[in-house]
Amino acid sequence: MTGIAFPAPDPSILARKSEIVAALRGLVAAPDAVIDDPVELAAYETDAFTAYRRLPLAVVLPGSTEEVSRVLAYLAREGVAVVPRGAGTSLSGGAIPLEDAVVVGVARMNRVLAIDLANRTARVEAGITNLAITNAVAEHGFFYAPDPSSQLACTLAGNIAMNSGGAHCLKYGVTTNNLLGVTLVLTDGSVIELGGEALDAPGYDLVGLVCGSEGQLGIVTEAVVRILPQAEGARPVLLAFPSSEAAGACVADIIGAGIVPVAIEFMDNPAIRICEAFAKAGYPTDAAAMLIVEVEGSDAEIDAELARIVAIARRHGVTAVKESRSATETAQIWKGRKSAFGATGRIADYICMDGTIPTGRLPEVLRRMAEIVAGYGLRVANVFHAGDGNLHPLILYDVNDPEQAAKAEAAGADILKLCVEVGGCLTGEHGVGIEKRDLMRHQFTETELALQAAVRRVFDPAEILNPGKVFPLDLAKAA
Amino acid sequence: MRLEPASEAEAAALVRDLARQRTPTRIEGGGTRQAVGRPIRTAATLSSRKLTGITLYAPAEMVIAARSGTPLAELEATLAAQGQMLPFEPPDHRVLLGSAGEPTVGGVVAGNLSGPRRLAAGACRDALLGLRFVDGRGQLLRTGGRVMKNVTGLDLGKLLCGSWGTLAFLTEATFKVLPRPEAELTLLFEGLPDDRAVALLCAAMGTPFGPSGAAHLPAGVGAPRARTVLRLEGFSESIRYRADRLAGALAEYGRPTRIEGEESRALWRVIREVEPLAEPRERAVWRLSLPPKRGAEAVAAIRAERACSVLYDWSGGLVWLATDEDEDAGCAPIRAIARRLGGHALLLRGSRELRARIAPFHPVADRVRALEAGIAEAFDPFGLFNPGLRAAGI
Repeated sequence: MTGIAFPAPDPSILARKSEIVAALRGLVAAPDAVIDDPVELAAYETDAFTAYRRLPLAVVLPGSTEEVSRVLAYLAREGVAVVPRGAGTSLSGGAIPLEDAVVVGVARMNRVLAIDLANRTARVEAGITNLAITNAVAEHGFFYAPDPSSQLACTLAGNIAMNSGGAHCLKYGVTTNNLLGVTLVLTDGSVIELGGEALDAPGYDLVGLVCGSEGQLGIVTEAVVRILPQAEGARPVLLAFPSSEAAGACVADIIGAGIVPVAIEFMDNPAIRICEAFAKAGYPTDAAAMLIVEVEGSDAEIDAELARIVAIARRHGVTAVKESRSATETAQIWKGRKSAFGATGRIADYICMDGTIPTGRLPEVLRRMAEIVAGYGLRVANVFHAGDGNLHPLILYDVNDPEQAAKAEAAGADILKLCVEVGGCLTGEHGVGIEKRDLMRHQFTETELALQAAVRRVFDPAEILNPGKVFPLDLAKAA
Repeated sequence: MRLEPASEAEAAALVRDLARQRTPTRIEGGGTRQAVGRPIRTAATLSSRKLTGITLYAPAEMVIAARSGTPLAELEATLAAQGQMLPFEPPDHRVLLGSAGEPTVGGVVAGNLSGPRRLAAGACRDALLGLRFVDGRGQLLRTGGRVMKNVTGLDLGKLLCGSWGTLAFLTEATFKVLPRPEAELTLLFEGLPDDRAVALLCAAMGTPFGPSGAAHLPAGVGAPRARTVLRLEGFSESIRYRADRLAGALAEYGRPTRIEGEESRALWRVIREVEPLAEPRERAVWRLSLPPKRGAEAVAAIRAERACSVLYDWSGGLVWLATDEDEDAGCAPIRAIARRLGGHALLLRGSRELRARIAPFHPVADRVRALEAGIAEAFDPFGLFNPGLRAAGI
C-alpha cells in the first residue's frame, strides 16, 4: 500500500548518520544499545501495521530514565526526529519509523520496581510487557486490568501511548482508568513526575493528557498502575444467534437490564470459522453470530447472573448456549477470541479497523459495513467488543495485489467515516498513528485539531516526537 | 457585568466580545463553590444558568448528556427513573461550604468532584466521555464524544475536568452511567483507632468482595464512638454473601454490625458531603489526597503539629481535615507532610483572607507549572477565565 504519505526525509540529517550514531553511543552505557547496521535495523522498520515500512536512521535502547533524558536532549538539540517505541505491536502504525528519525525504544527498561498491595498499586518501568505486570502480582491474588489481545508482547509504554483497552475493559476501564502516575522525559531532557500512588494529582490532569498522546508529548519511562484483586471466579458463556441483528439486540438488552458483565465479545460467522479452525475452542461454526459473555464472582453469583443473561438471550432466539465447565474450557474460549487477528493472518492479509459506535446502532452498522466491503469486492470478518461498541472489522485482501490493497484501504476509510456519521469515532483503542491520520478531519474541525496541536507544542515545540502521526500533514499552525 | 447565554452560539459570541475587550471573567455554574481557590478580580461573570436540559439519554447504551447549567439533581433524577446513576457519586458541598445555589453538571466536571464510590468505580474524569466548550477565543469546540471507547486525538477532556473553569467555558458534558444497584449494605466496625481502621479498609479493598465505599469516622466525628464502614452494592443475594465473606476475612478487627437500606444511604451521604466537619464554620477544611495506606500516618504527623478533626474516605486515600485558621491553617506542615507521604493538599474551605495569603491549590513543580501555563495559554490566550483562581498567572 502506498496511500499514506510520509514527510520527506531531511537529507542533511541523513548525511550526518555516522556522527549521530557515534554521539548516541557516548550517551548510553550498554555496548549493544545503539543499532545502526541496516540488517539489524530491519527489525524496527515497521510495527503491526505492516503495509508500511521505513528503515530508521538508527535505533537506541536506553537502559534508564537518565539515558532516555540524555538521548532525547541530544536529539532535540540536533533537530533529529524521534520515534518512541515499545514492542512495536501498534496496529495503526504508531511506531513506524521515519528514515531521518532515531527510534528510541524502552523495551530494555522492563523491571517491576515496587508492588504495594495495601495501596493496590505497582510501580514499573514502562518497557515491561502488559502481561508481565499481571504475572508479577498474580501470586498475591491481584491483576492488571487492561488486556489488549497482544498483551504477551505489547509494553505498558505502548499501552499508555495509545490508551489501550482490551476485552475486559467493559467493567475495568482502559489504560487511562488504571494509570495513576508516570515519569515523563520531555524533549529538553527534563524529567517530570506526574501523579503517583494517590488517587488524584494536583494541577491539571497531565497523566490523563499523556495517556493516549501517541508518543508526541514525551517518553514515559516509569509508571504507577492500579492493580486489582482477582475475582473469586470467572466464567464465560458462548451464545449462538441466527443473525447479527439478534446478537446485537441481545447485547443492548443485557446492558439495559442493569447487568454489567466483565466482557461481551461479538464474532460473526467468518470470524467464528477462522478462530475455530485455529483454536479448536468449540465455537458454533454454523451460527451467524456469537457472543462471549463473561461474568465474575462466587459460583452462586455467577450462576445467578448467567441465568439472567441466558434468559435474555432466549428472548432473542439464541440457538446454542455453551457455558464453560472448567478452567481449560475458559482458556480455550478466550484463546479463540484473543487469537482472532493472528488466526485471520493465517488465511489472508487483512487490515483491522477500530472504530467505535453507539451500541444502539450496531445492527444498522453491521449491515452497512457488509455492503461497503462487498461493494469493493472484498470479504470482512467481524470480531469486536460489543458491550462498548468498539468494532474490529477485519478486511481481508491480498497484500501482493496492489489493486486489492488500495480497495481494502478505501473500504476501511469508508467504514470509519460511517462510524463517525452514526455518532462514534475513528479509533476506540488502537490509536490514530499514520493509519487514521488523514481521516481526522472527518471527526474534528480545523480549530479542534489546531487546539490539540497547540497543546502538543507546549510539550514539544519543534514537533520532533513521532512526527507525521495523528495530525494531518498539512494542518496549519494556528497563532 | 453578568452574562447568561441561553445557547452555545450566544456563549461563543459573548466570549469573543470578552476577548476583544480582554475582560477578566468569572466562570459560574450553580455558584455553590464560589469560595474555593484564590480570590479573583473580574469585570464580568459568565454563567451557565440558562444552558440547561438533558440533550441525550440512551439507557440501553449507558450514556447521558446534558448542558452545563443543568442542575445535577435533575440529571440524577432522570437517571434514577431508569434505574441508573452516575458511577462517581458526585458530592454536594453546600453544607460544608455553607453556600447556596444549585450544583450543576458543569460545576461537577470543572472540579472533577467524586464521592466515596470513586474508589471502586473511578472519578468524574473516568466517567466523562465528551465535552463541548467555548475556548478563550470564543470558538465552540468539542473533545471526546458519546461512545464508551475513544482514543481519537489528544484527550483534552482530561485537562478540562478538574480545571476549575480556568481553561474554557463548558457548555455540555456526556457521561457513561451505571445501573443503580438493587440494594446496599454497610458493615460497621466500632471503636478502632485510625491506624487500625485504615489497615482494615486497605485489607478490605484487597479482597475480591468489591466494597464500593471504605471510610472511617474517628471518635467524636458525627458520633461518640469511632466508626469504620464498608459499603457493598449489588443484587441482594450477592451482597449478603459478600458481607459474610468480608466479615470473615476481617475477623481480627472485630465483629461488624450491618446497616441496610435508607440508614446506609444516609450514612454515605454524610460521608460524601463531609457533614461532620461543617461546624464550627470558622475552621478551615483541607482535602488531602494520599496513597490510601498513608492516611492515618499523615494525620498522626499533622496532629503532632496542631489540633484537627478528620474524616477518612477512599480507604484512607482521601482525608478531610478541619483545623483553626491560625498560622495559615497549618499550611506549611500539612503540605510538607502530604508531599513527604506521596500526596497533596487542597484548601477547600477557608476565609477570603486565608485564601488570598496562601495557595489554596497545591503548588506543582516548576517544570510542570510551566507546562500548565502553556496549556492555559493554548486554551485561553488572553487569560480571561477565572484568572489566578488556581495559581497566579493561570
